[in-house]
Amino acid sequence: MAKGVKPRVKVPKSAAAGDVITIKTLINHKMESGQRKDKQGNRIPRSIIHRFNCDFNGQNVIDITLEPAISTNPYIQFKAKVPESGEFVFTWYDDDGSVYEARKSITVG
Amino acid sequence: MEFTRRETLALGAGAAALAVLPIRVEASVEDEIAAFTGGAEIVEGGVELTAPEIAENGNTVPISVSAPGAVAIKVIATKNPSPKVATINFGALSGSSEASLRIRLAKTQEVRAIAKMADGSFRGASQTVKVTIGGCGG
Repeated sequence: MAKGVKPRVKVPKSAAAGDVITIKTLINHKMESGQRKDKQGNRIPRSIIHRFNCDFNGQNVIDITLEPAISTNPYIQFKAKVPESGEFVFTWYDDDGSVYEARKSITVG
Repeated sequence: MEFTRRETLALGAGAAALAVLPIRVEASVEDEIAAFTGGAEIVEGGVELTAPEIAENGNTVPISVSAPGAVAIKVIATKNPSPKVATINFGALSGSSEASLRIRLAKTQEVRAIAKMADGSFRGASQTVKVTIGGCGG
């Protein structure tokens, strides 16, 4: 498991029903592309987060397949529609099988 | 300057390899696009791809894609060692079909976004990004 992986998510605390909100996510990850070489000229093996998924109350918002061409510490910004109060579940899938998860609640009032 | 038979052959082989190489790279870009569209025609327009004209550091190039009514967007960096960048699938609660990412670009090249619309048609957009320092190592 890659060390020091810490997901960070920014979601507004409240919104009006049916509002489209902006969500920003960032996760610490070196995203080793598999193209770089070390000092001895050996290829450093690929180690990236290959998938990001966001659900709201069990309904899918966005599902992104990430390739090695994504920068270190992947930053993803997108929009979501909030029909009711609930919880966003963000999931990152690492090449090594680890799954990182973050949850954020939003109140519709 | 005189060439021996061996040197001439080696030169010829090198030139042939050079000539073949760029075609292969292009082909893999086309393969990626075909794998996404299934060979369907791509109409330019209807997709907005925002990328900087000049990126000083190819390691983090901020891009954003937006295509109203799209169900999925594929981003391709045409001259990267591996042209695939990301495939974004928009779910039922996606407010508007847009997303921002930070990507790696190996050198100055064209970034392409292809959107799959809800009606099954495909839209495309391209933007050339000048890269000062490449971002793929090696």
